[in-house]
Amino acid sequence: MSVPPLLQVKGLKKHFDVRKGFFGEKTTVKAVDGVSFDVMPQESFAVVGETGCGKTTLGKLVLALEKSTEGSVLFDGADISKMNGAELKKMRRQMQVIFQDPYSSLNPRMTVEDIITEPWVIHDMHKDPAERSKKLAKLLDDCGIAKSYLPRHPHEFSGGQRQRVGIARALALDPKLVVADEPVSALDVSIQAQILNLLKDLQKERKLAYLFISHDFSVVRHLCTRIAVMYLGRVVEMADSETLFNDPQHPYTEALLSAVPVPDPSIEKRRKRILLTGDVPSPLKPPSGCRFHPRCRYMKESCRVNDQSLIKAKSGHETACEVLPFKDKRSEAALVAL
Amino acid sequence: MSEPVLSVRGLRTHFITRERTVKAVDGVTYDLHPGKTLAVVGESGSGKSVHALSILRLLPEPPAKVVGGEILFQGRDLLKMGAEEMRAIRGNRIAMIFQEPMTSLNPVIKVGEQIAEAIVLHQGVTQEKAWAKAVDLLKKVGIPHPEERVNDYPHQFSGGMRQRAMIAIALSCEPDVLIADEPTTALDVTIQAQILDLMKQLQREYHMAIILITHNIGVVAEMADDVVVMYAGRPVEHAPIGELFASPKHPYTKGLLGSVPSIYVRKERLEAIAGQPPDLSGGFVGCPFAPRCPSVMERCKTEDPPQFHLAGERMSNCWLNEGESTERSHRHESAGAAK
Repeated sequence: MSVPPLLQVKGLKKHFDVRKGFFGEKTTVKAVDGVSFDVMPQESFAVVGETGCGKTTLGKLVLALEKSTEGSVLFDGADISKMNGAELKKMRRQMQVIFQDPYSSLNPRMTVEDIITEPWVIHDMHKDPAERSKKLAKLLDDCGIAKSYLPRHPHEFSGGQRQRVGIARALALDPKLVVADEPVSALDVSIQAQILNLLKDLQKERKLAYLFISHDFSVVRHLCTRIAVMYLGRVVEMADSETLFNDPQHPYTEALLSAVPVPDPSIEKRRKRILLTGDVPSPLKPPSGCRFHPRCRYMKESCRVNDQSLIKAKSGHETACEVLPFKDKRSEAALVAL
Repeated sequence: MSEPVLSVRGLRTHFITRERTVKAVDGVTYDLHPGKTLAVVGESGSGKSVHALSILRLLPEPPAKVVGGEILFQGRDLLKMGAEEMRAIRGNRIAMIFQEPMTSLNPVIKVGEQIAEAIVLHQGVTQEKAWAKAVDLLKKVGIPHPEERVNDYPHQFSGGMRQRAMIAIALSCEPDVLIADEPTTALDVTIQAQILDLMKQLQREYHMAIILITHNIGVVAEMADDVVVMYAGRPVEHAPIGELFASPKHPYTKGLLGSVPSIYVRKERLEAIAGQPPDLSGGFVGCPFAPRCPSVMERCKTEDPPQFHLAGERMSNCWLNEGESTERSHRHESAGAAK
């Protein structure tokens, strides 16, 4: 491809030092432990994983809200870890964020108008009143916010309306990339659908790229074209959305997909479920070798010692498994029946 | 069909304060059969949790008040029972598990003691026997090394294990009815799959009836035999699971099913329901769903629809289904409104 990636994440690591008690031993939590991927302009890229897999930390690293331990994040070719304050500020015009909880991410003492236009004040933009009100009207219209909301405060609104305000704030600066950390998981189903449709429309209209962080595969499938699955700080599989859903090449992805309840009883009855045993191991002491091996049904002896990094499997997949891609899975085709 | 173990008839629970009355539950009717799972589905504020707490009489009065209806458990009305009688049923014959296992377990009491407490209270056995049973139960719900973990405090358990411990407490007296209020909402999908699997397995073993309260349509599809869809405190549709998904009758049900993304079918757009859920304090003229309804008619804005009983033991609370209905009733009616 001739277009350079908008965002390049290379060998990114974030380790936190923790102490057990005040005088206790110091240990390291490897929240993000060597993650690499590219996000192309106008692409919607998803990072999916369960609690504690490091997906939120990854989002913070990309936004330069946390300092990485190792590795780099390049936005439009420039390394954000080497930027000074002024450069970071300029870069952040291009990269905005939507948070999960629309209740805690809006300042309760500001009016909706102040919340949405604050980015313009910070970045010294649209100072001409006529231009400002034109821009604001367009933004409100795009995000489905009524003009009458402007003088009101966040507490007067429901979760879905608040999330629209959060989205409008993120889009005020016309960013190229929006990092969305679980933007719909706090919302009711009918409202979630409204917001998902809105995010999709906005992407088309404003040519946005999304880095979408989520635990919900159904939501990700609806919105995203490429997906990285994380487990204990690592990406274990990365592929196009359709490829990943139809033919997962990592045992963890396979089990995760089979665990997602499907809103259709006729499929649900025919489906075979892979039940993972046990809980996710503590990131304080991740298992040796492949981090997934204690819960893996394809485990071979070598998996206990061999820490597999991402390898290319068929049809553009990248997977961190040395067993599953070479298995004949047709016998288990019932798993992903459709 | 077998005799229902629990019959809810025209249940109405309101929250009454000086300023206003919120009709959180306004006329719920259904039968629950042994060994079956009834899912009560709805969004926040639809009254699904309040209805469950009303069954166990766990709501603080005032401000809550059950203003109408009957809850028949093995033929007796729970709403007419004294506190003492009710205590003998609650946690014993009808047990409940909650969404957040961290806040519903006592953090300063050992998990084993919390399980044994219910056994001692309801079965009058000695502390030692109850303790031994607690270990058995932990084993049954799939906690590894139960002899050791029985001495742990809740914070030493992971989220999934806490929910298992909650289930162990609920099952300690082998209840006839288990009310599960969003039992897997706080859990990751792989753990959710484990817990749902466990619930199904234990249901078979104890022949329990389950009332599953959830907003997750996927969980409903997996678990339920029958479904009640609630909106604004009212049941808007009631149907067997297959029929509900194959041919939803009420526009809200249709909207709800269309709103859900699936990992199997990639939809270009979700059929979102426009607008917001209503404020319950005002009361309604006509159908509460009318302002958001894509098939709204003139009469919906002024006439409150009755419950239309349809073929195949179905009910819909929508004027659109008037033509095909065999019978109609008002949702506040206690008698004769079954199914």
